[in-house]
Order: sequence, then C-alpha cells, then structure tokens
Amino acid sequence: MEPLGAKSSAPVAALPIEKVRAAFPALEREVNGKPVAYLDSGASSQRVLASIQAVDRYERRHHSNVHRGSHTLSAEATDAYEGARATVADHIGAGDRREVLFVRNATEAINLVARAWGDANVGPGDRIVLTEMEHHSNIVPWQQLAERVGAEIEWAPIDEEGLLDMDALATLLERGPKLVAVTHVSNVLGTENPVAEIARLAHDAGALVLVDGAQSAPKLPLDMAELGADFFAITGHKLYGPTGIGVLWGKLDLLRAMPPFLGGGSMIRKVTREGTTYADIPARFEAGTPAITQAIGMASALRWLDSLGMEAVREHEQEIADYALEQLAEVPGLRIFGPPRGSGRLGPVSFEIDGIHAHDVSEILDRHGVAVRAGHHCAQILMDRLGVSATARASFGVYTTPEEIDRLVEGLEDARKVFGL
Amino acid sequence: MDELYRDQILEHYKRPHNFGHLDQPDLEFEDTNPFCGDEQHVTIRLDEDDRVAEIAFEGKGCAISTAATSLLTDELAGKSREELLRLPKEFVLELLGIEISATRMKCAMLGLKIVKSASLGQSAEWEDEGEAGDPTEAVADLG
Repeated sequence: MEPLGAKSSAPVAALPIEKVRAAFPALEREVNGKPVAYLDSGASSQRVLASIQAVDRYERRHHSNVHRGSHTLSAEATDAYEGARATVADHIGAGDRREVLFVRNATEAINLVARAWGDANVGPGDRIVLTEMEHHSNIVPWQQLAERVGAEIEWAPIDEEGLLDMDALATLLERGPKLVAVTHVSNVLGTENPVAEIARLAHDAGALVLVDGAQSAPKLPLDMAELGADFFAITGHKLYGPTGIGVLWGKLDLLRAMPPFLGGGSMIRKVTREGTTYADIPARFEAGTPAITQAIGMASALRWLDSLGMEAVREHEQEIADYALEQLAEVPGLRIFGPPRGSGRLGPVSFEIDGIHAHDVSEILDRHGVAVRAGHHCAQILMDRLGVSATARASFGVYTTPEEIDRLVEGLEDARKVFGL
Repeated sequence: MDELYRDQILEHYKRPHNFGHLDQPDLEFEDTNPFCGDEQHVTIRLDEDDRVAEIAFEGKGCAISTAATSLLTDELAGKSREELLRLPKEFVLELLGIEISATRMKCAMLGLKIVKSASLGQSAEWEDEGEAGDPTEAVADLG
C-alpha cells in the first residue's frame, strides 16, 4: 500500500528488505482488507520460512526421542537437537556448548536460575537488585524467591529519559547484593542497558548478574564473553522461530555447581530406591523429553539471522526506531516514552495519545491492518513509574519498513478523527 | 457513523455518568482487567431495604470499559444484591448496543464483574470465560 500522505519515507539500507520480507510467509496476509503491517514483533515475531521448513523436514522424516536407544532415527534426532545447541552456542559466543540449556522460554530460564541457583545461594536478609524497567518475567521469580528464603528486593531506578540511573545502581551495589537481574533492552522503552558495565560493577561488588535477553537477542550481536554476565535468558519465538523454546546460558562453573530444577527422565545419572544422582550439564537441567522440534526451528532461525549478519540487523532496528520516533513526534497530543531519537535507543516505541486509551488506539489501527500491542506490556512497575496504566507499543523486526511506520501514523490520525480530536 | 465508537459510546467515555467515589459506602470493590491493567473502583450505598441507593465508579480505562460501566451504573438503582448477582452479560451488551469482539469482551465486562464482586464481598468470576472453539476449525476458517 502506498502511503497516503506526503511523507517521504526514510531509506533503510541496512538489510535487503525485499528479500527479507519474502522470507516471511505471514507478511502476505491481509488484515481487514489491507496488507498486514506487523508492528508487534516485541510480543512475538513472525516465523521465518527457513525455520518453518526445518521444522517440517524434521517432523516428516527424522523424529524420534533424543539420547535414547541406538537406532537410526534416534541418532538423527539427537544429532539435530545437539546440532541446535551448537548453533545457539556459536550465535551467542558461548565458550562451551554445555553452557546452553534448552528451556521453554525466557521466563522459564529465569525461573530455573531463581530456583536452582537462588534457593541454594540466597538466604535471609540477602538482597537482589532489579530495575524499574523489568518485565514481569524478571520480577516475579525473584519476588517468589525472596518470599521463600526471606531475602529483599531492591529497585534500581530509571531517570526521566528512561535510562537506568547508574549512580543509584552503584549505591545499591555498595550494600552487597547477591544478584543483579537486568533487562538488556527494555520491552517498553527501547532502552539498551550497558550490561557489560553493569556486570563489571556488580562483580566488583561480589554480585552475580542475570541478563534478560528476550528483546535484545533478536536485535543485537551477542557475545557472552564480551558481555560478562553470569546468566543470559533468550526466547525463540521473538527471534523468528517457534514458541515453546528458549535458552538459558550460564557460566560453566556456575551451572556445574547448581542443583537440578525439575526432576525426571534424562537428568539422572543413577536412580535407586535410596535416591538419585544427577547427570552432568546440560542434561541435568533438561528433565523429560525436550522440545526437540522447536529447538531445531529456533536454531534454523538463528542460522538465517546469521546469514543477514547481526550488525546489519542492529542497524536496521536503529534506522526504523529513529524513523518511527521522528514521524510519531508529528502526531498532535502524542507522548513518547523512553530515550529520545538519536540517543542510540532501539525499538520498541511506546506512546500514548491524549484523550484516546491505548486499547482504542490499537483497535482503530487494526482496521488499517496495523498490528500494535496495547496494555501494560507485563511491566506494571514501569507503568507505575511512568504514571500510566497502559501504553500503545509499536515494535519492529527485520521485515519492518518505513512505509509501515507511515501507515501507523495515518492510522493514528484516523483514531484522532474517530474520537473527535 | 463508526460501528464501535458510536456517539453514545464516546459521550459516555468522555463524560461518564456516576463517576466518582462515595464516602462511607456499604459495598465497594476494585479490580483490574488482567490484559491491559485498566482499573475501576466501584462504591455503592444501600437503602434501608438493602437495595442500591447510590452507585459511583472511578478509574482509568478504554472507551469500551468506561462507557460500559457508565451505562451499567445508570441502571442499578433499586436493585438488591441478589439481583445484581443475577445480571447476565447480555444486560451490559444490550446497553452498549454494539458488537463486542472476543478481545474486547473483558473491557465490556469489567464493570459488571466489579459490581458483582462488591455485592459478593469477594472477587466474582468473569462473564466471558469458558467459551472455547475447535482449534483446527479456528485455523481452517482463515484459509
């Protein structure tokens, strides 16, 4: 669809956009008679064809259970599953592929750390530092841990621009917390936190660092050694792969010292009537038949991303975020949350419009085929800090074009008309 | 005219009826829409026969949830607590007079849920739960 207004769409040059879009069958969909402008990749991205096809191939020809039996299909399934682990390790710059644990999603990755590491290492009066911009998945498991063991949660504040207040964080670190859990990229503000610096400061203070990478993994080149964190959580369905698969990366020595999270098949060394000894990592943390199909789908999506190059993916995200910030600033009565344009911030871009609730904004945009999310984005602590109950959020992917941002702006102009503004 | 955002709906959104907070209410309840975090707080004063004498609500919400509760609270004077508890979801849908999609149903039902919760003295159930379709059919429809 051609933009209706006289806006000149910014050129996006980082990615071969036509080729990228052709790799996503869902983008051929129409919604309410218009080609879908999918601006909700922060909630879940669309699936790349390479991943869909890998899943289909595996399901049709190679499936069996992994790590069991010596027959051909089981060996093929095991190769594919362990190959997926190697792909992830390579993509995120893990030093050892045993540091890559397959879990259900980023939420489960964080819960695993809170249970297995937390219960063994955090006690009464110990402190855990979170930031005001965390997703509920990086809040609730820590609150539950704090309740179980009598620990305390402390909140590192954000400043007026939506950046983490590093001075305040330094003050909290002086009190010797056990852990700092921080998001890499905010799912509301688009803020990229300086996690390498946070990790350095936290380690100096004797704390471990968990990074929630659910939003950053689809956008940024990752190198675990460079980042310097202790745990890193990733989900597959936000990086163009299937649901039901995620990764917890952890430092080898930490994972080795951690007791199991879930008990069952695969995670044992020996089971007797008297008790059980546990398998080595990664098997110790992968009880039961894993999500084999989904792990393969996720790895295929990562290989496809690597073929684009994560530096180019990052640049594209930056270009689209900058263009969206510039265009949205022209809409009367619209307030953008998060750091300003040109600050190096990424997407998503969250906003509210005077006199129209976010839910109604999203409803009217849908009539234009524009998909955005409305609500608290599982970040009620942040909503509270911003003084709002809900925002509308446009989030981007490798396939997002400036024309889609133009359609967002046109839809917002229509929303203002409907509400008599 | 817009099907969903009809003048009546927008009028109730911009100038909701019974908006505010009653001092020393006999019944009150506050709840949120779990999907979007919208909040409403309902306060009710009863007469000597234990029927609704006055009702007020406040909170933040979308056009649908605000208009629904505005319209609903206009209709409740004189009702007993038992009558409040028996109100079906169609009561609100008829007041709204518009087609409500599955994704907006909780917006439309928030006020009714809170009125019922106030009447019960504990959280009442949503009116729109338990209607599930066949997943294969749902996808087949999309072609």
